[in-house]
Amino acid sequence: MHTEFVVVEGDFANAGKASSDIKKTLKQLNIDNGKIKKIVVAVYEAEVNAIAHAYGGNIYVDLDSEKISVVIKDKGPGIPDIDLAMQKGYSTASPKVREMGFGAGMGLPNIKNNVDFLDIKTQVGVGTEITMVVNF
Amino acid sequence: MSESYFYHALKINPDICIGCTRCMRNCPTQAIRVRDGRATIYENKCVDCGECYKVCPSGAVFVAEDDFESIYNFKYRVVLMPSVFMGQFPEDISASQIYSVITQLGFTHVMEVETSALIYSGIVNYYISQNEDKKPLISTYCPAIVRLIQVKFPSLVDNLIPIKAPVDLTAMYVRKKLTDDGINPKDIGLFYITPCAAKIAAAKTPVGEDESIIDGVLNMDTMYNMVLKKIKQEGSNYKKKQSANDVSSDGIILTLTNGEKRLTNFKKSFAIDEISNVMEFLEKVENDEIEDLEFLELRACDQGCPGGILTCGNRFLIKDRMMQRAKKWAERERNGVSSRKKEIFSQDEYLIANSQVGKILPRSMMKLDEDINIAFQKLTTIKEIERKLPHTDCNVCGAPSCGALAEDIACNNASLSDCVFVQRNLEVRNSLNIEESIEIMKKIWGEEKLKEFILNK
Ligand SMILES: Nc1ncnc2c1ncn2[C@@H]1O[C@H](COP(=O)(O)OP(=O)(O)OP(=O)(O)O)[C@@H](O)[C@H]1O
Ligand SMILES: [Mg+2]
Repeated sequence: MHTEFVVVEGDFANAGKASSDIKKTLKQLNIDNGKIKKIVVAVYEAEVNAIAHAYGGNIYVDLDSEKISVVIKDKGPGIPDIDLAMQKGYSTASPKVREMGFGAGMGLPNIKNNVDFLDIKTQVGVGTEITMVVNF
Repeated sequence: MSESYFYHALKINPDICIGCTRCMRNCPTQAIRVRDGRATIYENKCVDCGECYKVCPSGAVFVAEDDFESIYNFKYRVVLMPSVFMGQFPEDISASQIYSVITQLGFTHVMEVETSALIYSGIVNYYISQNEDKKPLISTYCPAIVRLIQVKFPSLVDNLIPIKAPVDLTAMYVRKKLTDDGINPKDIGLFYITPCAAKIAAAKTPVGEDESIIDGVLNMDTMYNMVLKKIKQEGSNYKKKQSANDVSSDGIILTLTNGEKRLTNFKKSFAIDEISNVMEFLEKVENDEIEDLEFLELRACDQGCPGGILTCGNRFLIKDRMMQRAKKWAERERNGVSSRKKEIFSQDEYLIANSQVGKILPRSMMKLDEDINIAFQKLTTIKEIERKLPHTDCNVCGAPSCGALAEDIACNNASLSDCVFVQRNLEVRNSLNIEESIEIMKKIWGEEKLKEFILNK
């Protein structure tokens, strides 16, 4: 089953739309609560990143009875040093973003901790594509 | 499935229901459907919040209560009276008058429900301090919220604080006190005056416990009428009875929104009331969107228990009277005229030792099937059906929304042709004739509402 969402740049107020929708679907499938939490937290972080650091983007969700796979794709500035970005506490968030309670540099490490598979393709000046999978 | 058994205090009288859909449209868990012209409740989705009762224009939604005469099955009859009960009466009626009249109605003892307030909050605070890893911890004070979390936010059940409600602690205390005085436990009957349906349901089938300590429930509106009538009859000639000194100022306002939170000491905690507000917030909690959250006091009714469906009078006025009473009490406590620590503290060890409830289990109403493959099939069907529906949420199919209809269809509780838009479509294609359409409508809306159509055909 395939679903798509659009993420709008700077629209922090609507962050969490995709993760909430995914959550509802997984509850309907009676997926283990712990697994639901993992993917929801990971998608939420990636959503916020696309809103905060890129110019919005698209989310593609593919679901079957064994796993959920989510791709978050943006046409943003890209991540120059991915190893650095993956470190806990590393953040380039603007003061404005920090004011909204984001920018602790915990998003990417948090995603990594929660998913069973993570792949980040990024190119400076072109964009970032994050694929994550949680197995049921 | 015995574990899915849920006692519901809210019921719909089919003889009075006019099939207007107001309850269905306002139900926060989409638990109501219209069939044969009457509202019906999906029991596993209902959390007894009472929103349907509030909006019903015909009085068809009612709250089942025990027969008052059943108090006489016991030699010693204790009435458990919540502070919100007192708050309903106008200022010129004194607490001692209420105590006096309620005793004359047939009770041998009067005990205020919030007598155990400080012991309760002490136990809760201790539990939170010992369960850092389960934060945010969520109060189980409001039983509608407990049920809401079980059915709609099952991932949060482990965050619920598994401690008995104040009414149960107080009930345990009275029972202990009277038995210690030499009374046979079999002769003691405890009757709880309830402000809402959820509290009745909780008293009948407590979550996480095998049986209830409460012997009967009395609806607050019924009791209010009985007491007020007697007061009016007696005028100022009533026999004075000293109101008891069991409840403290903190106890009087425990049941108001913020009544629990104010007795805690956390950096990040919230007191939220009104079920839709609570649901909005829990959605965020479930997504881990709110960092460092420690404690949540959640109440299904606006203003807390004064907003309960069985209270009489305006909730803001009730709340104000409770605040006034608490203020008076607090002044006496400050002046040393009375103490915050009441007699109940002589039993604190016993109460603390027996304060835990068993495991609170999730009871998800969201799941389409236990088997993931079947659930997945149903989900696919739902998505397909949703594409065919008009998304007008017009209610004509007898479901609260197009989404709910799609789910009902996938679960074989409705059919696609229940949708009027689909019916017109089928008629155009000659797959359905007018008589058949009317037959479908009759199943949903009943003979009565369709009779003109049938006669004029
Ligand atoms: N989609 C993206 N496009 C461009 N840069 C990104 C993107 N996602 C993350 N980054 C970069 O990686 C850094 C680390 O991201 P991470 O999510 O771990 O922390 P953060 O977003 O800064 O703070 P937090 O997630 O804790 O609110 C960001 O500060 C940003 O420089
Ligand atoms: Mg981030």
